[in-house]
Amino acid sequence: MALKHATPMLDELEKGPWPSFVTDMKRIAARKPMCEDWLGLMEMSYRDMEGHWKHGGIVGVFGYGGGVIGRYCDRPDLFPGVAHFHTVRVNQPASKFYNTEILRRICALWEEKGSGVTNMHGSTGDIILLGTTTDQLEPLFYELTHDLGMDLGGSGSNMRTPEGCLGKARCEWSCLDTQDIIYDITMQYQDALHRPMFPYKFKFKCSGCACDCVAAIARADCSIIGTWRDNIQIDQEAVRAYVGGEFAVHGGAGGEGKRALDMTTEVLERCPTRCMEWDGKNLKIWDEDCTRCMHCIRVMPRALKPGKDTGATVLVGAKAPILEGAQLSSVVIPFLKMEPPYEEFHEFVEKMWDWWMENGKNRERLGELIQRLGLREFLKACELTPDPRMVNTPRYNPYIFYDPETVPGGWEHDAKAYRERHQA
Amino acid sequence: MPFDPNNIMADRITDIGPPKYDSFWPPIVKDNYGKWKYHEILEPGVLVHVSETGAELYSVRVGAARLITVDLIRDICDIADKYCGGYLRWTTRNNVEFLVSDKSKLQPLLDDLRSRGNWFPIGGTGNSITNIVHTQGWAHCHTPAIDASGPVKAVMDDLFEYFGSHKLPAQVRIALACCLNMCGAVHCSDIAILGVHRKPPFIEHERVQNVCEIPLVIASCPTAAIKPKKVGELKSIEINNARCMFCGNCYTMCPALPLANRDGDGIALWVGGKVSNVTSAPMFSKLAVPFIPNEPPRWPTTVKTIRKMVEAYAAGARRYERMGEWINRIGWERFFEKTGIEFSHEHIDDYRLAMTTWRTTTQFKF
Repeated sequence: MALKHATPMLDELEKGPWPSFVTDMKRIAARKPMCEDWLGLMEMSYRDMEGHWKHGGIVGVFGYGGGVIGRYCDRPDLFPGVAHFHTVRVNQPASKFYNTEILRRICALWEEKGSGVTNMHGSTGDIILLGTTTDQLEPLFYELTHDLGMDLGGSGSNMRTPEGCLGKARCEWSCLDTQDIIYDITMQYQDALHRPMFPYKFKFKCSGCACDCVAAIARADCSIIGTWRDNIQIDQEAVRAYVGGEFAVHGGAGGEGKRALDMTTEVLERCPTRCMEWDGKNLKIWDEDCTRCMHCIRVMPRALKPGKDTGATVLVGAKAPILEGAQLSSVVIPFLKMEPPYEEFHEFVEKMWDWWMENGKNRERLGELIQRLGLREFLKACELTPDPRMVNTPRYNPYIFYDPETVPGGWEHDAKAYRERHQA
Repeated sequence: MPFDPNNIMADRITDIGPPKYDSFWPPIVKDNYGKWKYHEILEPGVLVHVSETGAELYSVRVGAARLITVDLIRDICDIADKYCGGYLRWTTRNNVEFLVSDKSKLQPLLDDLRSRGNWFPIGGTGNSITNIVHTQGWAHCHTPAIDASGPVKAVMDDLFEYFGSHKLPAQVRIALACCLNMCGAVHCSDIAILGVHRKPPFIEHERVQNVCEIPLVIASCPTAAIKPKKVGELKSIEINNARCMFCGNCYTMCPALPLANRDGDGIALWVGGKVSNVTSAPMFSKLAVPFIPNEPPRWPTTVKTIRKMVEAYAAGARRYERMGEWINRIGWERFFEKTGIEFSHEHIDDYRLAMTTWRTTTQFKF
């Protein structure tokens, strides 16, 4: 059966070897009028080269201040099926493992109560259910919680849905139980996730090692990244096997299969601190000079492993550009053991949030507040001790805000005594 | 009891959070949690993880659109039921990973996936160009300057040979955000595709006082370009257009300030960012091309320019060198020379901290 709207421009996106979202949408549009009108609206955007969605309205489920984003199209006269097309964010299971039973149940729920269109997944990590009407929200939420045992994710000035890499579930490099940490934060702070209480959004992300597969350092207000502080574990026999061409270098990432590793150019010279030596038989790592960048471990995954004294480096303040420009996270806790029940971490989080809620302006991310008031104020509020690992370099301007408490007599002068020593 | 529309508080459950992370782990993951010894990529898209116990988990990675329907998810479930005991996962870059713990099912799975047209391309591992992370675009957002799913499809069609191969010096991560708000956080990508506006908002004076909080609108402008203004009897605002850098933040606060425009909007391309700490520290992406017009449905200029950058990188970078590391080694003057991209006024920063990006040494290349 032909669809209601001709889509000559979108049809061009059915060509080519990459999977086509248009083909996928057309298939479901044959039975879903909402999707039929979505295709029509999308085609109009392609023709106009302008979007056709309005600002979100305030919609949601009772008792929650987030998780649903209202969405209305600006041409309901032409496309009544997408006049209301709200988004529901569903908190994903940490690191996105599923079985087909839960996926089929999500599909059945969304087929019945929405458009059947999703994002797997949104940028923050949620399962995004794209397109439903206000009257469907409460029944959907009821079924989601009662029958699927799932809950909504974050939106607005909430803690956003935390996310971590797959960690020890399928990676030999993970220095953290990333999923347990993410689950703990998610459950500990359900109230902050569902009810807006902050100046703006707040994101947690946890990566098991410095490769940072969830981009924690680039986009999380609080980035938790696995590391170690003892020595890289070396299997010398396996190192020799890499040099002897018995293994696939770099885990086969270079597409060459087994080949001899050129230790000098591929490892020693690419080590950022040049902390390694190779005498043709044994690899020596001067671990006190190592900055744990993971390069050598990635090149020889069967020979090298992170150390055993593992934990987390905690960094804060990353964000995308709006408002004050993009920021990466900065180190504030060089090393934290990060073991259950994570009490030390919770205490840090609560001090950090108290300071941000007390001082942050409307729509000011944590990183921006730290820029405005200074890292010193943040460290003081969180009772953290300054450490050279927190900076790339000490300051090079002389404009130091000395603390009056460190100056004898504080900021007071004895004006009279001064003038007795000096005539005006 | 079933949902009662007349009493939504009856039997209500809230704040249960997501299912616990191990609820959907395949048995092999439960048995080998924390025991993985090493991994290897057997061919593009196919990984094996080997445990200390000797267990082997095969993961087959396939590309997918981010915008997918329940029909496709059900197809994916059928495949996972047949070959994976019903277990699978998604990656952070919108790929699907079929988790195979019975080695005899690996080849039949690969054959099956390859028999299904263009639905399930296998790849995205190692030194490839994996799936593009992206935002909603015209599909579902109110502030986009470009579409998202369309340009992603067009770029991945063109770079398809790099998805299913390992022939690049290192991985290349591409990301797309359809406006400066960057809900896709593309600012640390090897190549970033960014939707930009180039016309300041126009002001619908008759709507402003009804739909906007004027003090919030004024506070929302990072360059303080917005002032209150009375227009006749209407409370409204005025905008100093010369100070507008088209962030769209005021429009987010006030729907009476639209800035989307078919002639003004288009794409800026950024290059050389990275997230990982491997070898070098994380880096922001830097401006490569300030503006390319929107060219739906297949954005040919954007596609061609990205290919030029990828090919220059593939030809010039050393093994393991990410895009940004290659550029830092050869210098930006060489990057523009090798890619043939024009260097213009827009490339020289004139925003806050701009001077930290100017060349304050006589060291450069002719």
